[in-house]
Amino acid sequence: MAHDYRRPTGGRIDRNRKLRFHFNGKPYDGFEGDTLASALIANGVSVTARSFKYHRPRGIVGSGVEEPASLVELEGADASANNQITTVAIRSGLRAKSVNCWPSAEFDLGAINQLFARLIPAGFYYKTFKWPSWHLFEPIIRRAAGLAAAPSDPPAHGHFEARHAHADVLIAGAGPSGLMAALVAGRAGARVFLADEATEAGGSLLSRTLQIDGRPAMDWVADAVAELAMMDNVTHLQNATVWAYREHNLVVVNERKPDHGALLERSWRVRARKVICATGAIERAMVFANNDRPGVMLVSAVQTYVNRYAAIPGNRAVVFTNNDSAYAAAADMAAAGISIAAIVDCRDSVSARNLEQVAGIEVLAGHVVTAAKGRKRIRAVTVSRRDGGTAREIRCDLLAHSGGWNPAVHLFSQSRGTLRYDPTIACFVPDVPAQPTLSVGAATGRMTLADALRTGAEAGSEAASACGFDSGPCDVPESDDIAYTIEPLWRVDTPGPSGKAFLDIQNDVSVDDVLLALREGYSNVEHVKRYTTGGMGIDQGKTGNINIIGTIAQHHGVNLRDVGTTTFRSPYTPVSFGAIAGLREESVLFPYRHTPITAWNQANGAVMYEAGARWRRPGYFPREGESFQDTVNRECRAVRERVGVYDGSPLGTFELKGRDVARFLDFIYTNVMSNLKPGNGRYGLMLSDDGLILDDGVAFRIDEHRWVVSTSTGHADAIHQHMEKILQTLRPDWQVYVTTVTSQWNNATVCGPKAREVMTALGTSIDLSPESFPFMSFRDGTVAGLPARVMRVSFTGELSYEVNVAPRHMRMLWDRVMKAGASFDIEPVGSEASHVLRVEKGFLSLGHEVDGTVDPYDLGMSWVMSKTKADFLGKRSVDLRRQGSRRRRELVGLLPLDPNRAIPEGAPLTPGGRKEATEGVTTACVWSVVQNRWVGLGLIENGRTRHGETAYARLKDGAIPAIITAPVFHDLEGERLRS
Amino acid sequence: MQNYSILSLARNAVCSHRNWRQAWRSPPLKDRYDVIVIGAGGHGLATAYYLAKEFGITGVAVVERGWLGGGNIARNTVTIRSNYMRDESIPFYVKSVAMFEGLTRELNFNMMHSKRTMVDVVQTYPKMRELRRRQLTMDIYGATYEQISTAELRRRIPALTGGGADARLPIIGGMVHTDAAVNRHDAVAWGYARAADARGVEIHQQTAVKALIRDGQGAIEGVETNRGTIRARKVVVAVSGHTTSVTETAGLRLPLRTMNLTAFVSEPVKPLVDVIVNCPDSGFYFSQSDKGEMVIGGAPDMGQSFRRDIKQHVFEDTVSAMLSLFPAFKKLKLMRQWGGHLDIAHDASPIMSKTDVEGLFVTAGWWGGYKAIPAGGLTLAHLVAKGAPHPLMAPFTLDRFRHLDFIMESGTTTAR
Repeated sequence: MAHDYRRPTGGRIDRNRKLRFHFNGKPYDGFEGDTLASALIANGVSVTARSFKYHRPRGIVGSGVEEPASLVELEGADASANNQITTVAIRSGLRAKSVNCWPSAEFDLGAINQLFARLIPAGFYYKTFKWPSWHLFEPIIRRAAGLAAAPSDPPAHGHFEARHAHADVLIAGAGPSGLMAALVAGRAGARVFLADEATEAGGSLLSRTLQIDGRPAMDWVADAVAELAMMDNVTHLQNATVWAYREHNLVVVNERKPDHGALLERSWRVRARKVICATGAIERAMVFANNDRPGVMLVSAVQTYVNRYAAIPGNRAVVFTNNDSAYAAAADMAAAGISIAAIVDCRDSVSARNLEQVAGIEVLAGHVVTAAKGRKRIRAVTVSRRDGGTAREIRCDLLAHSGGWNPAVHLFSQSRGTLRYDPTIACFVPDVPAQPTLSVGAATGRMTLADALRTGAEAGSEAASACGFDSGPCDVPESDDIAYTIEPLWRVDTPGPSGKAFLDIQNDVSVDDVLLALREGYSNVEHVKRYTTGGMGIDQGKTGNINIIGTIAQHHGVNLRDVGTTTFRSPYTPVSFGAIAGLREESVLFPYRHTPITAWNQANGAVMYEAGARWRRPGYFPREGESFQDTVNRECRAVRERVGVYDGSPLGTFELKGRDVARFLDFIYTNVMSNLKPGNGRYGLMLSDDGLILDDGVAFRIDEHRWVVSTSTGHADAIHQHMEKILQTLRPDWQVYVTTVTSQWNNATVCGPKAREVMTALGTSIDLSPESFPFMSFRDGTVAGLPARVMRVSFTGELSYEVNVAPRHMRMLWDRVMKAGASFDIEPVGSEASHVLRVEKGFLSLGHEVDGTVDPYDLGMSWVMSKTKADFLGKRSVDLRRQGSRRRRELVGLLPLDPNRAIPEGAPLTPGGRKEATEGVTTACVWSVVQNRWVGLGLIENGRTRHGETAYARLKDGAIPAIITAPVFHDLEGERLRS
Repeated sequence: MQNYSILSLARNAVCSHRNWRQAWRSPPLKDRYDVIVIGAGGHGLATAYYLAKEFGITGVAVVERGWLGGGNIARNTVTIRSNYMRDESIPFYVKSVAMFEGLTRELNFNMMHSKRTMVDVVQTYPKMRELRRRQLTMDIYGATYEQISTAELRRRIPALTGGGADARLPIIGGMVHTDAAVNRHDAVAWGYARAADARGVEIHQQTAVKALIRDGQGAIEGVETNRGTIRARKVVVAVSGHTTSVTETAGLRLPLRTMNLTAFVSEPVKPLVDVIVNCPDSGFYFSQSDKGEMVIGGAPDMGQSFRRDIKQHVFEDTVSAMLSLFPAFKKLKLMRQWGGHLDIAHDASPIMSKTDVEGLFVTAGWWGGYKAIPAGGLTLAHLVAKGAPHPLMAPFTLDRFRHLDFIMESGTTTAR
């Protein structure tokens, strides 16, 4: 029987390329160029889906992205959840199945829901399922909802990518108006970016049998496409949906299968000087009883199937319309061999030009279709006069209906342009653009081909000229379309229980549901949407929302303008997340930052940690048979007793140059920096303007107007921004140039009592004696034969030399340090040991003691708060806070009474260890190799006055008592680091 | 208030649901009320409800520029949780979570409250340290937070197939917050609106406040709207994102910034993820709604802006981060996305307070304020009715800014 549903000739399909595919487990054949929908129609399949809530049988309604009823899940290599059946191109081996039905769309047990239909009107779930608990019902509801299953794996083959483009004129849509605009703007020389969602250009012309300049319109399309292809300044994409329109004329385009290789989809971010919305119009549904039955289709869809795909959706049709566009379609249907039983037009009079097109077909003016009959395929419709009277039944297996056209204003509205309701054509049209946007053709409500070509040409010319390209006078080709008139009909009132009339076919939202919402006071269009779920499906209500708006307007007795639309949001049609991300994942999204020693670290068994700012650093260097604690203790002892070395390269480093650097540093650090002599450095704290510690670091003066500043690793970027923000907003007149040199200098920091001996063994031009090279100074010279800048800073509390060299020398330096240090049993030190060493010394750490709540006084660092400077960043805030009465939490040491018991980091300190409000927190707790016990740091209220008292770290099952001490457990006087 | 139940549903089914009453009235606008609440979002409606229910103040008008429930509650990722850091915050949110659990019964409106646990996927040690720090403090206030292994994490979230040992950011463990829940945001707005209305509160939609009005002594006197002047001695501003625009009409400046936040949903798919998944190191979180959509939120765009456009690069970062941990979502499709704005105080904690303008109250700075709707409404109503703060909200008044005694809820990072 299959041949009955395919016209013997014609259509934009390749009959030489037969393709076998599977739908719901059965094999079918189609042709290259078919969509899944057209191929199934050509195979006489009518039930292609089950509905969401009632599981009513559903067929194919539309022919493109407006399709509300039939969603399919793709299986195998194409695995993808919910796809409109009309947008899936068939290929050999395609496997698709209807979503949300079991065991099949043809026979679905879920249809039992229809028996309960009266119990489950709109919003029923807000009123019930409350007792004893929603948890009892939720799993069932969840399983019932959700449509298709999500793909369980990423695509097995292929990848996604993203591209950026700039255009003078971006045109969304390659129908007649878009092509015309592209031709005009392209000929003028503008950079044109033309993108269209369909497999080939032409838009509505693909479905219709119109003429341009006396030739078939598709010949004109072919010429236009060929001419555009010749223009270097034109990028023309098909299978490419403009799905988002952002600020500053940024549009995002999703291009599917751009080549025949491994590229699945490409995302284009196009910044355009002018955007032309040539997005066409979308036909809307009629609303009457059982308007969801298989065999009830949009007129434009039927026209598309017969003309574009040579597929015949039915043998005997009734056409139901409220506008003129259905007449040409009816003529095409008749030409395709479909017997047309009647054209039912709700308008009292039909123009002669319309009637001419359908000579010989009965036209029932002033009539409406009140109901469709048949379950899995319609067998008849009932028709009556619009003003009542007896119903007449007309036998048919296809009902083509047209509720008129909605301009596709989605992109225009996304761009924040306002809409206006045009009562003459009963639809919302673009009103005031918010960005440099032009709308043309059917996207503005002008429905004839002549208007499309003319407005396209005008917009192309205007846009090109706005970009400085003169198009000159342009010829607009002749066309033969007829005018469009419409009389709105938002729904057919059907007296009695003749069946559900659906406003949103995908979400099973009926007229009764919307009326119920309105009765219950959900009166705003957004309330109706949310209460009934109308318009919330995959199709986002492209064919049905207007009827909901019309129904609301009728109910309130107001104009549609006063009801308005729900918000049009991106995406225009669903876009895969893979395409949005492109290649950006994993290390493309979060790049690794390596030092020249990373490979060495890994080769030497380091466990690598994420160290902030995308750096990875060695956490520790375990040896065979060691526990974690063994390793850390070993590394710590190396530094305390002999010598250790670590790669300090990730530390944020900035070079500041300029006349005003000294006073700038005095402004951003709490202490005075400006009195430093060249060659010397100083530790300092930076505050935010809220008076809380932002960062700590060291500033070295190289010469009068040249400084090097170091920051913590993780905050380097934030501190850079902080400095630039001050320079650009608060002190724009100061001459300070900040350059990031983190990656221009690498360093090996040699630390421990034997550090000087290792340096000597390395060989250096620098006099290492403490008198000539004291703590907190730097010297330039050579180390191990390499040009180096050596700084005496210490984060471990031991004698330290930070040997900075150029990155190209870093690995050489490292190897020479390890070699020279071998006789001193030098060991590489990871961040775990560094943590222990700094806790023993009571050095603060960001994220631990400095947790976003402390100021320098809290940490016992009043010395760092300059008393001499008139002002510095954060001073006022610190003073203001100190005038308050809130007790401050102060840094203390914590010695657990049981020296072998660790306090978990982060454990709250509470009075007596009781379950009540905290008085502090344990910021760190480590096994100290110098104390041979656990030692901790914490912040506790009035801590400095409480040394010797017992604090209690509260756990879930008890408390750990600890003696409060000064926050330093090693070398109280700091003799070792100065040695 | 008409009772909602399976029985009333069955009774009404017999007469084709023609006898349901209006969920709320549309009363005529009077020229004077005891209290005017500006904004019929979650906090505004809840405040009005508790004013009537707990404090017997029924001369309340909630005025709303658009439609009730149309504020940030309309575009929400509905994450209800109490895993905060500070002593001041935790008990407040614990209370709110508990109130949400009883809300369906309290309001006789099914909120579809689904206590389904939030699982934090942790990929860095600093984040793990911060979350663990919350754990023992939360325990003091009865909120649950437990550390789990990576294996347990993957057992609970089978779709989490990324973040392996070779990944850019390997997963190092997780935290489980069993108190966390999601529910239906519109139902929260409608439930409060219906119950408030039943107690005499008037809700006036399409009533836009153009300015606050002060009397000769500087005290609040009422509001100027597109429908005329309405007077009241007490006015509550509950207009997230627009707070500063409204209060500046009374010459009041507040320590708030407005910034943009976006959220998006995928196409609906069959149940795949049962818990709320939060990935703080990657900067996104999501849960699967009962309709089957993945409801996904990302990090905010830190730039200050009253606009609500979706910043494509911020959105792409969120999607990219998600795909690194959930690579199977590459073929999942984006269905709809939203841009919104909110106002945030410096310490990321809310402001519920009297102001320097006598009679003017604000509830603002809500950063994830959805979870706080019940407790926020109750405690603000307490403040408005009694003139003194409820103990749970006392820390959140504007007083804390006088001496910059912040309640830092922006984590333990110092660079904000």
